[in-house]
Amino acid sequence: MAVPERHRFFIDPSRCIGCNACVQACMECDTHRGQAMIQLDFLDRQRSTQTVPLVCMHCESPTCAEVCPADAIKRTADGVVQTARKPRCIACNNCVLACPFGIPKMASGMNLMMKCDLCYDRTSVGKKPMCASVCPSGALWFGTLEEMERLRPRSRPVGIFQFGQQTIRTQVRAMVPVDAPVSRLDVTDALHEPTIGRSDAAADALLAGLFDAGEG
Amino acid sequence: MARAPRDERDITERFGPRLAYPAGARIDTGLEPDRLVKTHCCFCGQQCGLQLVVKDEVVVGVEPWMEFPFNRGMLCPKGVSRYLQNAHPDRLLRAHVRADSAPGGFRPIAYEEAIRRVADAIERIQDRHGRDAFAVLSGASLTTEKTYLLGKFAHMCLGTANIDYNGRLCMVSAAAANKLAFGIDRAANPWVDIPRAEVVWISGANVAECAPITTDYVLQAQQHGARIVVVDPRLTPLARTCDLFLPIRPGRDVALFNGILHLMIEHDWLDHGFIAASTVGFEDVAGHVREWTPRRTAEVTGIAERLIREAAELWGTARTSFLLHARGIEHSSHGVQNVLGAINMVLASGRIGREGCGYATITGQGNGQGGREHGQKADQLPGMRDLANPEHRAQVARVWGIEPDALPQPGADAYEIFRGIHRGEIRGLLSICFNPLVSLPDSHYVRRALEQLEFYAAIDFFLSETAAHADVVLPGSLQEEDEGTVTQVEGRVIKINKAVEPPGDAGADWRIIQDIAHALGRGRGFTFQSPREIFEELRAASRGGVADYSGITWERIEREMGVFWPCYSEDHPGTPRLFEPGSWNPVAQGRGPFFFPDGRARFTVARYAPPAEDVDAEYPVILTTGRVVSQFLSGTQTRRIGPLVDACPEPVVELHPRLAERLGIADGAWTVVESRRGAVTLRARVVSTIRPDTVFVPYHWAGRQSINQVTIAAQDPISKIPEFKACAVRLRSADGAPAGPAGAP
Repeated sequence: MAVPERHRFFIDPSRCIGCNACVQACMECDTHRGQAMIQLDFLDRQRSTQTVPLVCMHCESPTCAEVCPADAIKRTADGVVQTARKPRCIACNNCVLACPFGIPKMASGMNLMMKCDLCYDRTSVGKKPMCASVCPSGALWFGTLEEMERLRPRSRPVGIFQFGQQTIRTQVRAMVPVDAPVSRLDVTDALHEPTIGRSDAAADALLAGLFDAGEG
Repeated sequence: MARAPRDERDITERFGPRLAYPAGARIDTGLEPDRLVKTHCCFCGQQCGLQLVVKDEVVVGVEPWMEFPFNRGMLCPKGVSRYLQNAHPDRLLRAHVRADSAPGGFRPIAYEEAIRRVADAIERIQDRHGRDAFAVLSGASLTTEKTYLLGKFAHMCLGTANIDYNGRLCMVSAAAANKLAFGIDRAANPWVDIPRAEVVWISGANVAECAPITTDYVLQAQQHGARIVVVDPRLTPLARTCDLFLPIRPGRDVALFNGILHLMIEHDWLDHGFIAASTVGFEDVAGHVREWTPRRTAEVTGIAERLIREAAELWGTARTSFLLHARGIEHSSHGVQNVLGAINMVLASGRIGREGCGYATITGQGNGQGGREHGQKADQLPGMRDLANPEHRAQVARVWGIEPDALPQPGADAYEIFRGIHRGEIRGLLSICFNPLVSLPDSHYVRRALEQLEFYAAIDFFLSETAAHADVVLPGSLQEEDEGTVTQVEGRVIKINKAVEPPGDAGADWRIIQDIAHALGRGRGFTFQSPREIFEELRAASRGGVADYSGITWERIEREMGVFWPCYSEDHPGTPRLFEPGSWNPVAQGRGPFFFPDGRARFTVARYAPPAEDVDAEYPVILTTGRVVSQFLSGTQTRRIGPLVDACPEPVVELHPRLAERLGIADGAWTVVESRRGAVTLRARVVSTIRPDTVFVPYHWAGRQSINQVTIAAQDPISKIPEFKACAVRLRSADGAPAGPAGAP
């Protein structure tokens, strides 16, 4: 069996209420019971209640697999990037360091890289992943694109991310407001070249400008 | 002599709370379960459908139930981890009696012997001091069958007027106001009306943390263009993404509602047709809100005048809307006034009783709705009938086979019961599903009352902090060890299914109650052999009442995924949406959709008053209390579930950086929060998501971590709800971490 074609995983951090249901549901997933593979963090609790859940984005060309010297990380034909295969993983940490989303974690007790495998035991038999089944706010959601478009007309999915020179295409889609432009931040775009050697105040202003440019 | 055992460590070692984590079969991969049991969560009023995974007669996991329409598989962390309460090391497996020399202060005894002792004490106290000298405290997490039985047990078997329940801390302000305005106390609409609304107004409800599943309904509305208004002293997770956030000063909600109605009248944002045809009392209310100008509203509520005008326009000009509120406006010494103010705003808009036009309180407890309908409230008889109403007394007395005069008159509310103990009027107590030492305000007063009791028996599955004061502890059942119905937040009656048998000597609560009745020699009317038999009598007893369950059967509930009451006959479809134009009800008899003889809703003047204890120079900060998402009520269950405790290990005091700076309190610093009643020392969380004049502390913890040492026992004069949401405190840096075990007082 395989994950039904056209079924996608969607993340919408603007909906996240930080309740932890995904983390605890992940611990119920049959392939790694008792251990959560999902990450949930406050961005800046002093200023906001914004939390962000993060599952593996299941990249089309997974960086973790590309940097693995032991060829331990496999991507299934239906696009699911799996936890390192135990006999092959040498616990070198390359994947942990290289993943642009910071997903893989080293289970040091087991000398094994572990990460979200999209609840392959569930999704490959037509069920939804645990976290996306329980998420009470729909911040994590699993289903077809058509259904998602019908449910959330004011949002749209994004599956292309730019990290420096690297363009990453992901199976998992991030939901953004439908009318918000996606800005590709390049540091040099925001530089006013003669700033080098100026006072701290000017540097602060520059930084402020950078953060403004990063909005959206 | 109901003192708690002296050594706190001793009792903790024996009875907990200890933390349960997934282990053994609960982390086996590839486990083949024996069965999946479709049932509902044991915690809040949302009552999410879920499946319990059973292996070798232990609940070992949870599987989402995708088909149940209310939550479609969704769960909060409590629902995911609830199964860890089963087969818990703290579980009471035997009856216990107080034995000060025994480890933990209790000695196990035979169940029959324990029942005998309880019956003897009831007999002795009632003989010497009268029937009302023995009181019963019950709860709204019990199935409706159990709540019905407890009401019948108190009113018929014990003949005491004094039974009340922990819904007194939860739903009663909304209930009283709804009865005054609509003649019925139930959510007016099913939740599917929320996404159909143009404006969703949420007052005093931390939806994301206290009713997580409702979040998705609200966000669905927003995705389809609705504007979301959130009124709360804190920027809650849902407030973060709402369209208009009104950071109200705690305890001032009625002022805001009156101010909004003032602007609706000024701009003629009114449904004159609806007001004329379907309501009475508008003129008086309109006259009353004339003084609630935007300026005055702003001064009292602490919300910018500009935002009040914006909110009034959003609400006033909407074509469809849904207003939700919860404990934030209800936990107040004028909680009923707050709710009436909200209802006036709804009635003036005419947006009720139609698709996408709704109003509801978000019920807090698991059976918060069903538990307040069938007679465990101080003034109530089954079917939402009144104990003071001669006709109602006669109707129920007929079903119970007794003379109406044999029924007592309305008794004391839950807090008044403790005052009655202090006065020596109430000498004995039986409690179930209620942990007042943690959940009631001014807990030092509550503890002294417990210590004065001549006799106290508690039915519990874990030894709660209150039960630790008992003379006899009877081992009751967990939710998954019995079956029955509950009524969730929308008014949908649903079925709790049994997953496993109670372990050891523990037994179904309804059996324990009946065993006491029989030991008293007053067993007539307490010979039910199953919860289904109790439900059948409840159907008959509720027939003709406002909360009419007569057409609901367990089979229909299973088949239809719940049935909404009122349901007048087995071929009646049930009533998902109340107050539809042209709808029939037994009170109006077709004269109108509301539950009054003329069929019209009531506008009622909603009067503002500040909190009973306002801030002053000595105690200059407002304390407000509430919940966190990973804990529930007094924590008897959730403080024993490891993953839930890890997510929020201890209470902290939230305060704004401006207040923190003025007091010299750093983020994470030990801080004393002190009122005229008591003090608590907690770590500070300095956040700009709360009003600078207000601090927040969650209430789920016991002993020295309990904020209810600090809160005030002021009550609403109508609903008798305590004012958990506002009292006056002062704060200072503590010298260091508090000493002694966390649970110690």
